[in-house]
Amino acid sequence: MISRRELLQVGAATAALAPGGWSRAFAQQRMTQADLLRFEAVGNVTLVHLTDIHAQLMPVLFREPSINLGVGDARGHVPHVTGRDFLDLYKIPAGSAAAYALTSEDFTALARSYGRLGGLDRIATVLKAIRAERGDRTVFLDGGDTWQNSYTSMLTKGQDMVDCMALLKPDAMVGHWEFTLGAERVKAIAEKLGFPFLAQNIRDTEWNEAAFEPMTMLERGGVKIAVIGQAFPYTPIANPRWMMPNWSFGIREEDLQGNVEKARQQGAGLVVLLSHNGFDVDRKLAARVKGIDVILTGHTHDALPDVVRIGRTLLVASGSHGKFVSRLDLDVRGGEVKDFRFKLIPIFSDVIAPDAEMAGKIAAIRAPHEKMLGEAIGRTETLLYRRGNFNGTLDDVICDALLTERDAEIALSPGFRWGNSLLPGQDITREDIYNATALSYPAAYRTTMTGARLKEVLEDVADNLFNPDPYYQQGGDMVRVGGVSFTIDVSQNAGHRISDLKSLRTGKPLDAAKDYVVTGWASVNEGTEGPAIWDVVMRHIEKRRVVAPGEAGRVRVLGT
Amino acid sequence: MIPNFNRRQALALGAGAVTVAVLGASSGPALAKNDSDEAIAKFTGGKTPAQGKVKLDLPEIAENGNTVPMTVTVESPMTEQSHVTDVLILASENPRSGVATFHFSPASGIAEANTRIRLAATQDVIAVAKMNDGSFFMARKQVKVTIGGCGG
Repeated sequence: MISRRELLQVGAATAALAPGGWSRAFAQQRMTQADLLRFEAVGNVTLVHLTDIHAQLMPVLFREPSINLGVGDARGHVPHVTGRDFLDLYKIPAGSAAAYALTSEDFTALARSYGRLGGLDRIATVLKAIRAERGDRTVFLDGGDTWQNSYTSMLTKGQDMVDCMALLKPDAMVGHWEFTLGAERVKAIAEKLGFPFLAQNIRDTEWNEAAFEPMTMLERGGVKIAVIGQAFPYTPIANPRWMMPNWSFGIREEDLQGNVEKARQQGAGLVVLLSHNGFDVDRKLAARVKGIDVILTGHTHDALPDVVRIGRTLLVASGSHGKFVSRLDLDVRGGEVKDFRFKLIPIFSDVIAPDAEMAGKIAAIRAPHEKMLGEAIGRTETLLYRRGNFNGTLDDVICDALLTERDAEIALSPGFRWGNSLLPGQDITREDIYNATALSYPAAYRTTMTGARLKEVLEDVADNLFNPDPYYQQGGDMVRVGGVSFTIDVSQNAGHRISDLKSLRTGKPLDAAKDYVVTGWASVNEGTEGPAIWDVVMRHIEKRRVVAPGEAGRVRVLGT
Repeated sequence: MIPNFNRRQALALGAGAVTVAVLGASSGPALAKNDSDEAIAKFTGGKTPAQGKVKLDLPEIAENGNTVPMTVTVESPMTEQSHVTDVLILASENPRSGVATFHFSPASGIAEANTRIRLAATQDVIAVAKMNDGSFFMARKQVKVTIGGCGG
């Protein structure tokens, strides 16, 4: 038996007790803000990275994926290691605060013990503490997916996030979901940001000229630092191209190599890529583009407690939804990183004190909507979550809502990586639904599709996720389905992964030639018609009062 | 996610030949072959082109299959003694493989051309360069044409 004093000493990542018997207060008593921030500083530069917050101003429950399959060279490597394997790999005790923050293991029980993570006011506290300690050595970088996917960000077209982030004074940012506000809105915001909105990989379609600044030069701790920005390369494919018709994206590896060389010629002693490529793309890119010291990765929402080294490049993966802030201290001398130290700082919202200025700003933004957002419209009896390669329980609720409310036989729901979790027994509020659906193209369409066409759609999306070459992957997790079940073999080639597609209503295989009524949302097509998805889901939950999706088994996975 | 009916329909109409998809059939590369192999053989007079010298700059995934930006560059001093004369561009799985042939002379200065091409489905774009000494070089790059996004 460990005494309480010892428990206090071992800190967040090392206590190996079963979570069940721990009261929330006791669990948190072990952790202090000082513990979470403790860091033995190294060198002359500190990079602070926040990414993929998806407009979550408030602390969240967010279950990390239990299934996140890697293919090709990424197979079996982080971030494609989940659950118990992840704990073993990083030697994290089951039931610990770190286990809760980083994996899906015992999520429900641990969430009750350790509470929510994130909150931009807590992040402000952490950032201020680092700046107070490191002064002009500090660089703060925002990896994008910042301005969209909450109610207030949707209502204000990202202004709430822009105003809050302004208090944190980032040195630069990049984008992805930002572009779903439309090109004009993005340009208008970017011009007034006060810091650069970078994208070395966006060009205008008419003259092939750079649409944004590719990089910015900073001087910190006596080191010239080049920060090169990389927007999500497949934004106009994964999201509606009509919202940014005059911009062309892509990975643009050669342009990037050119920018790295230009940065070195201009005297950069440290070259940082602020990237929204996704981890596997960045891993491949790090091995091919020479001269990048650090890649701050984003897009795929991976939270890794250590850097990944590819040759001389350090890859940092800082998670999502405001759950973590990364701190990377670097000793840069003679144009080389001589030493470094890293910490993925978990933002335990009950442990880290909110920053008063930011808390005030957030409260003011939310005040007019707080009552509506907090209104309970039903309750869930089971854990609701989205993140993972295939159907999550939250998506099952959305698909059920679509099937009933839109009177269809088959439902499709996008495999977004954003969307919070709800615990069994928890009330479902309007805000919970907005946090899972808020975007600028919400129409819940109703159409017909042949069985052959549906299979083609599933194959196409599967290749976006499971093409063995990460440069050919785009978009989110696998499209979620309602009303049908299928088998997917992730080891097969494009066009050969999906089989055994069956209607759940009839139990029969889908007929290739027959038309089926299909409903879905977030179509990338301009002019898509239908009610907003949040209204569809809320109507459904209000009628049901209680939802209790199980692990529905709509998808059978082979070839792992 | 979600299907881009309009674009696919437009592609089908424009292409003049539609691949009929059935459950179990491929929608990836490896559809029925077009005449690209024959076109290469005709261009080279039956010689097998060597790898190298030719560079194809194309996106990995097309933002719009109807207009995909392409740049082809051939390494050559472009002198009277040593220059590129012709570059053949083919698409391996368009209904017809021919896309373009660019002609060069030493007066061209560099052997580079760019244009926008139309791709009906995921396939390889092939560039074959003919040198003035009668040798041939080739490059190919796969371009994915997706139905629609599902991103993020």
